[in-house]
Amino acid sequence: MAFQHTQLKESPSQTAGPFVQMGLTPNFTGIHSVYENDLGGALINDKTEGERIVVTGQIFDGVGSPINDAIIEVWQADAKGRYNSPFDPSGKCDKNFFSWGRIPVDPETGIYSFSTIKPGRVPIGSEARMAPHITFWIVARGINLGLHTRMYFADEGDANAEDAVLTELEHQHRASTLLAELEGDIYKFNIYLQGARETVFLDI
Amino acid sequence: MTHDADYNSQETQGPFIARDPNWQPKAYTADYKYTIARAPKLPALSVANTVSEMTGPVFSKEILGKQDNDLIHNYARSGEAATGEPIIVHGKVVDEHKRPMKGVLVEFWQTNASGRYRHKTHNIAVPLDPNFGGFGRFITDNEGHYWFRTIRPGGYPWPNGPNAWRPPHIHFSVFGYAFAQRLISQMYFSGDPLVWQCPIVRSISDTDAIETLLAKPDIENSAPMDALAYRFDVVLRGRRMTFFENHE
Repeated sequence: MAFQHTQLKESPSQTAGPFVQMGLTPNFTGIHSVYENDLGGALINDKTEGERIVVTGQIFDGVGSPINDAIIEVWQADAKGRYNSPFDPSGKCDKNFFSWGRIPVDPETGIYSFSTIKPGRVPIGSEARMAPHITFWIVARGINLGLHTRMYFADEGDANAEDAVLTELEHQHRASTLLAELEGDIYKFNIYLQGARETVFLDI
Repeated sequence: MTHDADYNSQETQGPFIARDPNWQPKAYTADYKYTIARAPKLPALSVANTVSEMTGPVFSKEILGKQDNDLIHNYARSGEAATGEPIIVHGKVVDEHKRPMKGVLVEFWQTNASGRYRHKTHNIAVPLDPNFGGFGRFITDNEGHYWFRTIRPGGYPWPNGPNAWRPPHIHFSVFGYAFAQRLISQMYFSGDPLVWQCPIVRSISDTDAIETLLAKPDIENSAPMDALAYRFDVVLRGRRMTFFENHE
C-alpha cells in the first residue's frame, strides 16, 4: 500500500440541539406522515437467536436531573459475537438481528428502554475476546460532540475480569459505572455525565 | 439492513486516525450554557479500535421514500408546497483521505422559513408552516454525493442569554462505515454575520474549523428561476495505515 497522508480534517461536530428527536425520530414526536417508521426502532424480531433482554435507565446531568431531550444510539453484536455490518470480518451475523438501535429518551421522565438480545463475546484479533457489551453513543442539547461509552453486564464476572476496557482503567472503582445490574428481569444502566458517579466515556 | 454498495477494502477495514481535540469542540464551553452541567469533567479513556468501533450500520436505499430529500413537498398537503426561499443543498461525504463515502446515510433537520421547529417545546412567536415538516434524508451515490431541496431556514432567539440568536442553520447527521465515524454537526450560510457571535458555533475554537461548516452559494448548480444551490461537504474520519501493525 502506498503511503497516503491525510488531505482533509474531519468536519467539526456541533451539538444535536434540543430538537434532535424531531429530526431523527419524527414518528416518536408525533409526525407520522413523512417516514413509514423511525429508523432503529427494533434490534430484534421474532426469529432472532439469543436470550431476550430489556435495557433501561436514565441519563443524568451534573446537577442530578435526568436529561429529557437526548437520543441514544446503540451498536452491539449478535448472540454469537458478530455485527450486522458488511465489514465484520466474520461476515455471518444473524440475519434477524440488526445490531443498531436508536432510542429517544422519554420527554417527560428521561427514561430510555429497548429490547434486544444479550450479545456474545466479540473477538479481538485471534488472541482474546471482549466481554459482552453494548456500545452507546449519546447526543443532546449541551453535548458538543457525541459521547461514546460501553455497557457491560454485572452478571458476566469472568468475562469482565479479562476485558481490556474494564481492566485498563486507572481508577478501577470507576469500572462499576459501566456495569448494568439485573433488577428483576431488566438490566438497569444509568449514565452520569458529570459528578461523583461520572460514567467512563471512551475516546475511540 | 441489507447492503447494496460495492466497497473497496481500503475504505472499510482498519482503525481510525484519532480525533483532533483542538479542532473538535471541547465538551465544556461555558458560553454555551447547557454544556456546563452536561460536560464530563474526567478524561475520556482512550482505547484501541476493535471491531466494535470499526463496524457500524449500513443502510439500504430501500429505506428511502420518494420525497425524503424534498422538504418542500414531503410534508405538504397535496398540490401545495412549503413557504419561503427554495434552495438546493448538496455536497460530498468523503473521508480524511478524500475518498468518497458511497452508500452512507445523511439525515438533516431544520426550522421553517420563519425560524420555527415543528416540535412542541419550540415556543417562539412565529407560526408553523402547515406545509413544512423540516426533516429529510438521503443515501450518498457512488461518488459520495448527496442532495436535497428545502426552504432556507430562519434564525431564532434562544434562552442562552438575554438576547441570543441562532444563525440560520441545518442540522446534519452522517453515518460512515463505522460507529467511530458517527457525526452530528450543523451547516451555516457563508456571509451570515450571526455565525460569528453564536456560542454554539464558537464552541469550536479554531476559525478554520468553523469555516468548514459554512455552505457556499453554488451558482453553477442552481436551478434557474427556481432554487439557488448551496454546496456543503462533510469529512468523516479516515483510516490509519495498517502495515506496521501485527496481523494474524
